[in-house]
Amino acid sequence: MVYLTRKAEFSASHYYHNPDFTPEQNRAIFGKCNNPNGHGHNYTLEVTVKGEVDPRSGFVVDLKQLKEVMHREVLDAMDHRFLNKEVPEFLTQIPTTENLAIACWQRLETKLQKAKLHRVRVYETSDLFVDFYGEP
Amino acid sequence: MKAHLTRRYRFSASHRLNSERMSAEENLAAYGKCNNPHGHGHNYTLEVTVSGQVDPRTGMICNLVDLDGFVSREVVARYDLENLNMLQEFSQTVPTTENLCVEIYEILHRGFQKAHLEGVRLEETMMNSFEYAGGSEIRR
Repeated sequence: MVYLTRKAEFSASHYYHNPDFTPEQNRAIFGKCNNPNGHGHNYTLEVTVKGEVDPRSGFVVDLKQLKEVMHREVLDAMDHRFLNKEVPEFLTQIPTTENLAIACWQRLETKLQKAKLHRVRVYETSDLFVDFYGEP
Repeated sequence: MKAHLTRRYRFSASHRLNSERMSAEENLAAYGKCNNPHGHGHNYTLEVTVSGQVDPRTGMICNLVDLDGFVSREVVARYDLENLNMLQEFSQTVPTTENLCVEIYEILHRGFQKAHLEGVRLEETMMNSFEYAGGSEIRR
């Protein structure tokens, strides 16, 4: 089994707000991130896939295909977007880094052909990242 | 759904590596420049990884304010701009980054209750780092 990681970057804005909470609760829990005008990050997405090396090609996965899937499924939807307003998952979920990692996994998992998704890592900043392994 | 969250923190501290269980010659042989009696310092980078179910109401494993507050109070404030050899936990133990990594894990394991502690990773310089997960295997 060989593991392969491909990176991509995207920039987006978001804010944290739960309509079931009072304005005071939202401010207490989410702090500055509750500003309804949003704020932005340069996100880094790392997608790790695993598989056996194909003896003919020497590849675990065709990197070009992986890159295309990442661009089509994640970057085209999220790059330079206001996540709360423009990405369907975040009309009903709060676009935290945790939920972003889960959303990226769900967008990619069924679209990969040969390789199996092992981990999705999303960096919100260089000092904060979330890993999702597809665990319930 | 279960996710893992990692946060990075920084602190700077000095230390001297010298074991009372070894002779002066043995210490010099084992620790080289790090045995300099006047000590030396590093800019450490600490990575703390916690895991748990993502709360559907908040979208979070735990509130970062709680994790940041705990690590700032209990770890960064304890070690930043200190001489590690002067601290109680290193009065009998050599303040290698291995031992510091284990000590920081134990502080978090004892005191941080808001999420499951997966492990800590401590960079002494950009060239070396140490990881400890309480004896468990480290997940990649």
